[in-house]
Amino acid sequence: MNRIDPQSIYALWLRDVKRFLRTPSRIVGSIALPLLFLLFLGTGFSGAAIPGLPENVEYLQFLVPGMVGFTMLFGASFAGMSILSDQEVGFLKEILVAPVSRTSIVLGRIAGGSTTALVQAVLILVLAIPLGFRPTGLLALPLAAVFLVLIAVTFVGFGIALASQFSDTEGFGLIVNFVIFPLFFLSGAMFPIASLPDVIQPLAYLNPLTYGVDGLRAVLVGSAARSVAIDAGALLASSIVMVQLGAALFERVESV
Amino acid sequence: MDTIQVENLRKEFESVTAVDGVSFAVEEGEVFGLVGPNGAGKTTLINMLVTLLNPTAGSATVAGHDIVDERGAVRDSLGIVFQEPALDEELTGAENLAFHGRLYGMDAATRRARIDDVLDLVGLDAERDDPVGTYSGGMKRRLEIGRGLLHRPDVLFLDEPTVGLDARTRRDTWEYIQGLNDDSGVSIVLTTHYIEEAERLCDRVAIVDEGEIVAVDTPATLKGDLGGDVVTMDVSGPIDRLLDDLGTRRWVEEATYSDGSVRVVLERGETRIADLVRIADDAGVTIDAVEHHETSLEAVFLALTGNTIAESEGETQADTADRPAVAVGDTVNGQPPGDPAETARSEPADPGGQS
Repeated sequence: MNRIDPQSIYALWLRDVKRFLRTPSRIVGSIALPLLFLLFLGTGFSGAAIPGLPENVEYLQFLVPGMVGFTMLFGASFAGMSILSDQEVGFLKEILVAPVSRTSIVLGRIAGGSTTALVQAVLILVLAIPLGFRPTGLLALPLAAVFLVLIAVTFVGFGIALASQFSDTEGFGLIVNFVIFPLFFLSGAMFPIASLPDVIQPLAYLNPLTYGVDGLRAVLVGSAARSVAIDAGALLASSIVMVQLGAALFERVESV
Repeated sequence: MDTIQVENLRKEFESVTAVDGVSFAVEEGEVFGLVGPNGAGKTTLINMLVTLLNPTAGSATVAGHDIVDERGAVRDSLGIVFQEPALDEELTGAENLAFHGRLYGMDAATRRARIDDVLDLVGLDAERDDPVGTYSGGMKRRLEIGRGLLHRPDVLFLDEPTVGLDARTRRDTWEYIQGLNDDSGVSIVLTTHYIEEAERLCDRVAIVDEGEIVAVDTPATLKGDLGGDVVTMDVSGPIDRLLDDLGTRRWVEEATYSDGSVRVVLERGETRIADLVRIADDAGVTIDAVEHHETSLEAVFLALTGNTIAESEGETQADTADRPAVAVGDTVNGQPPGDPAETARSEPADPGGQS
């Protein structure tokens, strides 16, 4: 039983991708909320003077990277938490009883969840173009992909860690309201963090998504609060920490 | 070598002892049954043997590998069909098998060949590319049995293989399991609370009650220990002549008279009823009624535990506290085992284990 088993990781990845592609309603559902945000916030605030917004950046340009980050946050966290729904339908036992290390299972889950979250984020990015979004250049896209992958890995790991603490999907609503939405609001996705009250700002800087959104903004629209290197570094660190955390907590799931 | 050896295995959940120091061995190629009411600890025992739960104390080996120290090897050498379906309903039958094959490290060629074999074996070749969500309960069960065999395990665990199946599918599944054991020689460990199932399928059974094994033997020996079938005849006339005559017959183990009826203990009572009637007739005894009581494992269970299986299910609480948070093991045991309404609902087609 190798600690890292590529074929098992591939099997888990393939399963996630097949399930995702086979259920169009899931794809539509996953991008509907960020798309609505984009549509209504992007048009509704288009002429408004948002405090702290860089002068030469339109609100839509500012918002799109934020909404892409939001899509990743949701898609990836739910992908990580899908071990709970697997448990509910019994399929988790089939995975846990197989001669595969827990690390490989977590990596497979991350591979699958990241892929489906990436597809959702790219869809949002593409759908933003008819609304008037213009990325700085084609070179921006591969760089953005790096940030998307790091965000995905961070939050799938986060989702696995969360799911390991819950025994059923009942906790989902609680997590969405008290964990995922606060992460979203504290990420600078909709407005600059500088506009937040001073007491809350430090929380935003503890949020990995803050660096993800800022990094996406840097590469997609050329406007950022920090240097790209700091964003990438912070996100890389958070992805490593979250994978370790997810794997460690999931490891404990086996030996209840 | 024994396929499975269990020594003093024990599992405690907080205040509840689900498995209380059991020991037994399963021989190579046999069908071994763990028989007892819901909540007796059967599923917990299985979950320890398949490495989903760590034992609190004791040890066990599966195919020669220790269930705690050599989990990987144990997992490689066993197949399991859980009590509740553990299939991905959005994938097709073939895709579920392919997923399994990859997890068990089969290369593409082996995987394809075995998937074809297994689908053929379980008779799902025509439905291989249908999503499992469209399968019937019996088809899902067959797919799971096939999946359990895909990696050619040394031992196949079946946890309540026919719960929730209708009478016909249950009989088909029995025949299927029997054939499987005959053809492939794989050792099979099954848990059941259907007495008839254990009698039909198992070479040997362990009677499990309240976390303990109270007896292990072949169904025939266990029944034999009870003394055999009983035929009672309500009679009037020269009883003594009848008893004398019966006493000379080699196939009669015991014949006694009380309260107007003669009680005869014998093997295979159903084949001797005509003889008994003729002997009574010859003795000039009038028979008002004849009743034949077959010994069954149910009677064995009653004799060993003082309860019938149904009664035990009504009172046992052993598995209610089975699952702490993140239930990797048996969510099924999370439900109160003793709810008679639930039992009635989930088993509409019990063919009658108490014949």
